[in-house]
Amino acid sequence: MTVADLAFYAFSTVTVAAALMVTLSRNPVHSVLWLILTFLSAAGLFVLLGAEFVAMLLIIVYVGAVAVLFLFVVMMLDVDFAELKSEMAKYMPIGLLVAVILLIQLAFGLGAWVSADGAMGLHQAPTPDATQIDNTRALGLLLYDKYLYLFQLSGLILLVAMIGAIVLTLRHRRDIKRQNVLHQMWRDPAKALEMVDVKPGQGL
Amino acid sequence: MIGLQHYLVVAAALFVIGIFGIFLNRKNVIVILMSIELMLLAVNINFVAFSSASGDLVGQVFSLLILTVAAAEAAIGLAILVVFFRNRGSIDVEDANVMKG
Repeated sequence: MTVADLAFYAFSTVTVAAALMVTLSRNPVHSVLWLILTFLSAAGLFVLLGAEFVAMLLIIVYVGAVAVLFLFVVMMLDVDFAELKSEMAKYMPIGLLVAVILLIQLAFGLGAWVSADGAMGLHQAPTPDATQIDNTRALGLLLYDKYLYLFQLSGLILLVAMIGAIVLTLRHRRDIKRQNVLHQMWRDPAKALEMVDVKPGQGL
Repeated sequence: MIGLQHYLVVAAALFVIGIFGIFLNRKNVIVILMSIELMLLAVNINFVAFSSASGDLVGQVFSLLILTVAAAEAAIGLAILVVFFRNRGSIDVEDANVMKG
């Protein structure tokens, strides 16, 4: 057993175990932390597959952005999570049933597939020799050239998601006092101040 | 020797765990969203494994696009969740039928 094999078994075990803990853990904050572990070990699997760029992107995008976003929302919402989990046992049998059936179906599929005769001739972008040109560079040459429109489209998707998230969560509260800068600047001392000559012992 | 088959088994296990999580956490939308992320990660592992096994880079390009869509989906889903919690005071999926017209 080589080091790569050992690394594969370690990473895949950690990935599956952490994914299971995401679904089973009682506290959503722990779920998010297990999710981060899942993504980190999946990134390890990607490195083993020779896809370094996707692995690093998984760490940067998922661990750096998505998981932190989850963590923010979990901590922002004031929910009694213990109560939410109380009905977990009720759904356990049906969940296990569906999971086992799906696993059996996938096992049938995995046991029986063969690649088609001409499949190897259908390569759109054969992977260049890793000693000549590294993975990130090859991917960049492909993404900015042949798949430029897809790249632009994914940028558009992110823009729509960003605008959508802002529009959804923005709210203008009317029950709080705000600073009105123009109103402050337009204030006239002549109208705002009034000089009163108060006689002694009288008051206003 | 670790081949394509091993990675497919890991991805299948991850996908099934995602579906299991959706069934198990019926009340908690946050964990449902995390389960969807797990399923998307399983699909990504499949893409990259096939890309590596067949020597074709397009699989990795596709996995980048899936990553983008997953990030957008998480952002929108969490935004909807925040608005839903603000209006309802709970994140129970069974309360979500108030959204129908």
